Amino acid sequence: MSETPLLDELEKGPWPSFVKEMKRMAAVKPYAKNVLLQLERSYRDKITHWKHGGIVGVRGYGGGVIGRYSDLPPEEMPTPEVHTLRVAQPAGWFYSTKALRKLCDVWEKYGTGFINLHGSTGDIILLGAPTANLQPCFEELVSIGFDLGGSGSDVRSLSCCGGPAFCQWSCIDTLDMYHDLTMEFQDEIHRPRFPYKFKIKISGCPNDCVAALARADLAIIGTWKDSIKIDQEAVREYAKQGVNISKIAARCPTQALEWDGKELKVVPEDCVRCMLCLSALPKAILPGDEKGATILLGGKATILQGAFLGWVIVPFIKADKPYTEIKELIRKILDWWDENARTRERIGELVYRLGMRTFLKAIGLPPVPQMIYVPRANPYYFWSPEELEEK
Amino acid sequence: MSGEKKYITDVGPPHYKDMVHPVLLKNYGKWRYHEYVAPGIIKHVSLNGEEVYMVRAAIPKIVSIYFVRELCDIADRYSDGYVKFTSRHNVEFIVTDKNKLEGLLKELKEKGLPVGGTGRSLKAIIHTQGWVHCHTAVIDAPGLAKALYDELYEYFTRDDLPGKLKIAIACCLNMCGAVHCSDLAFVGMHRKPPIVNDDIVSRLCEIPTLVASCPTAAIRPAPEKKSVIVNEERCMYCGNCYTVCPGMFIHNPKYDCISMWVGGKANAGGPPDFSRLAIPYLPNNPPRFPEAVQAAKNVIETWIKHAKPGERIGDWIKRIGWERFFTLTGIPFTDKHIDDFIFSVPTFRTTTNFKWK
Repeated sequence: MSETPLLDELEKGPWPSFVKEMKRMAAVKPYAKNVLLQLERSYRDKITHWKHGGIVGVRGYGGGVIGRYSDLPPEEMPTPEVHTLRVAQPAGWFYSTKALRKLCDVWEKYGTGFINLHGSTGDIILLGAPTANLQPCFEELVSIGFDLGGSGSDVRSLSCCGGPAFCQWSCIDTLDMYHDLTMEFQDEIHRPRFPYKFKIKISGCPNDCVAALARADLAIIGTWKDSIKIDQEAVREYAKQGVNISKIAARCPTQALEWDGKELKVVPEDCVRCMLCLSALPKAILPGDEKGATILLGGKATILQGAFLGWVIVPFIKADKPYTEIKELIRKILDWWDENARTRERIGELVYRLGMRTFLKAIGLPPVPQMIYVPRANPYYFWSPEELEEK
Repeated sequence: MSGEKKYITDVGPPHYKDMVHPVLLKNYGKWRYHEYVAPGIIKHVSLNGEEVYMVRAAIPKIVSIYFVRELCDIADRYSDGYVKFTSRHNVEFIVTDKNKLEGLLKELKEKGLPVGGTGRSLKAIIHTQGWVHCHTAVIDAPGLAKALYDELYEYFTRDDLPGKLKIAIACCLNMCGAVHCSDLAFVGMHRKPPIVNDDIVSRLCEIPTLVASCPTAAIRPAPEKKSVIVNEERCMYCGNCYTVCPGMFIHNPKYDCISMWVGGKANAGGPPDFSRLAIPYLPNNPPRFPEAVQAAKNVIETWIKHAKPGERIGDWIKRIGWERFFTLTGIPFTDKHIDDFIFSVPTFRTTTNFKWK
């Protein structure tokens, strides 16, 4: 009889099965088999069998390794240490097979051989290694050009879309910015010293393929300031092929587009860069030439005070190498957050508690209408003594 | 200390210039347009006319090193030794020779990897790691994802849905992954307050941090035993206290369950929106979670039947109204659907303009 009757059910069906993958490792590694059997036990008991936390790591780092111990007795789980390494992914999740193969060789030596490609924040997740293997595994990872990512109360591994490597919409060099900022903040990523986690994500255009706006404490999203560029010949070509241009123009949320059967006209000052028309007519419409980024702050999931979507703090910033202005802004925000936040208070919650007025003043950002949907409807606003003394 | 190996840290990730396919590097920032060739295949054309085909296939997310090596073998044969993963954890092969497409598709089929996930299709499910790794996982997201995928398989390989369909699964309220902004989402939930273990709390936990971790101020210090007391009526079982303190054990297989959320989106074509509660309770029923899978199918099929082209689930619900959503799907509306947390009032209907069903 099978030792994993419940998990076997997840080998059935047309979609590729993670259970099959786990079994491939379990067949050759007793250590991996122990983890598989514990997973089966969880399926039977409908409860996780991992204990809470455990401080493990590698020398000189505070983050990057998640300590994990089984709660089962030794006769059921003879190898209770099953820690996880978060390995920082290359920008945009591009790999040479040479690099991936080296990574597999290291992991074959030191862990279960299970890999999660990739974790929610973006790292390569090496699932399951005993304590004694963490340090040698890390050192060998470094020797093949990989490094750990973030975990705990630190700047987490960044992530970015594929950007200019294959996409005509990318208004910023996402891959280069990812790598540059990741190197700039190595200390902050590897050594937790902040009130809580801080996530930075970079998308090349408002389509925001890494969902930076919803998932990052600080989102850098490529955008442009001038008009979209329309290739009228290409629009007519789409029309000739039967694409309903009027319908696409009608979907424009600000009615900035007009199609007269010959020409697609835009009112540039009415365009909000939603990308609907660019996505519908990729051959005909391109972003403008005055490119940069919008920066949004505070995006996060529910814990603690509810989910927040990132909100605009800088409507437009030039985003060219070496990204000095962006780096200075991030450092200022990290410092202010570090000084003012309570334990486990994300930046969005801190700004919510202290107010945008306080935040903007501390960081030195000017208030602009692009930061809000509507102005306040209550009369409860503050004046500072300095403002009262102004003429 | 001469002769000792220097301890190297902070090297960062491999540089992208060593990882990106040379043809993509050659045309870096010089792309002109893309077009959909078939589900899962997007052609990118550069300003100088060079063409690249990105072929997208799904993977089981948790894989073995053998699987990764096999992906590498395929990439060596068809995309010159380079490969890319997407933000939704698909794999992409970068094909510069059109004649290689057929062979690649054939190999992916033989290997059982579905090709698709582009345009108006089911996108790869974003999910958390579950019982294979995590101590706070209420449900096993990888298992539920697999069960959903088997039922929804064809929607990944076609692209004729009303709009794109992004599904996310979180094992618990910590919500690693974009559950709060997905077209359809599942979250593992507790339904009973934590059981306080005074011994563990007094030995291992920082009381002020523990008290502050509770969003409803249900946790009070109990200095006489160096522990805490939970006001059970205020507890809504989020489990944040367990995240900060192992003495607040909250897992309870008898009562733990799955919730379903709909209508959120993160990006593209207008402002984002949160996922909203559709079903507060579905049984946590591994290995194949039939009730949760059925609930997802019901919403997806109702959406396909009633939505206009271009409408994602949230767009469709906004047009028809939530009252009609509950009528059309037959999902019962309960007191759980009405927000009673801190930002509730703006969600209340402040007009007499509504539909009867």
